[in-house]
Amino acid sequence: MKKNAALFTFLFLSISGYSQQNSNVEMANDLYLSGKIYVVVTVLSIIFIGIVIYLIALDRKICKLEKEINKK
Amino acid sequence: MLKNWWKILAVLLVTYTIIEGFLGKVPAQPILHETIRNLYFHVPMWFAMMAIMLGSVVYSIKYLSSSDINHDINAAQSAHVGMLVGALGLITGSVWARYTWGAWWVADTKLNGAAITTLIYLAYFVLRGSVDEEQKRARVAAVYNIFAYVMLIVFLMILPRMNDSLHPGNGGNPGFNKYDLDSNMRMVFYPAVIGWILLAIWIVNLRVRAEKIKRNLLMNN
Repeated sequence: MKKNAALFTFLFLSISGYSQQNSNVEMANDLYLSGKIYVVVTVLSIIFIGIVIYLIALDRKICKLEKEINKK
Repeated sequence: MLKNWWKILAVLLVTYTIIEGFLGKVPAQPILHETIRNLYFHVPMWFAMMAIMLGSVVYSIKYLSSSDINHDINAAQSAHVGMLVGALGLITGSVWARYTWGAWWVADTKLNGAAITTLIYLAYFVLRGSVDEEQKRARVAAVYNIFAYVMLIVFLMILPRMNDSLHPGNGGNPGFNKYDLDSNMRMVFYPAVIGWILLAIWIVNLRVRAEKIKRNLLMNN
């Protein structure tokens, strides 16, 4: 019985130890709490939209060239 | 506009992943911490590379069976864009490795495999550049391209599974459900993969059209 109790205690300790280890993982909680992560999202979105606009411009340019060549 | 629906879809999907990728919930993992979000950006590069290279090899086979030079243009430009997304995957992976595995480059099966694959595809462009006659170049390049894609599968898909690798899920089957991808992350990861593949196809499409215009001008002058 004593052996079992010791075993359970150990098991319990190791489980609580494991869960503690998990909650101790550093995440950028402050960044999320302060809301400043939205700044990062906005910046990245702007960059991506800029690239997309560039691609659309290229697409149109090539379209025009294609039409001109087909006219000939 | 209807013809371009897939371009719009690509932009929407990637925009969604940029927003949800940063704001969505991710599991707290030791070592990885917030870098787990890189999964939405680094891994889709490789998926896009493999999809684009598959397209390239399909066009190479089409060329071999038809001798239509347009297929060769498609194959070459696809390989070009495949190299671009592959290089982005390599660089982003290196940065990620520095802050999680501790070094810019580690002797990992998948990393070295990726490096060799890159070299194999570089040789594809060297080969193309070294043959002047158009049909001959297309034929030689198409045959080499098939070999290159087989090597890509071997180095990126097969060997990392047979050896131990630091990449999750390797040394066995990369089952995403093991610990690295929960259902929240799936909802961002899969759209990211589809979005980036479509975006890469768009760039291929632009390159192919520009190349055809160039060829047209050269033929007429």
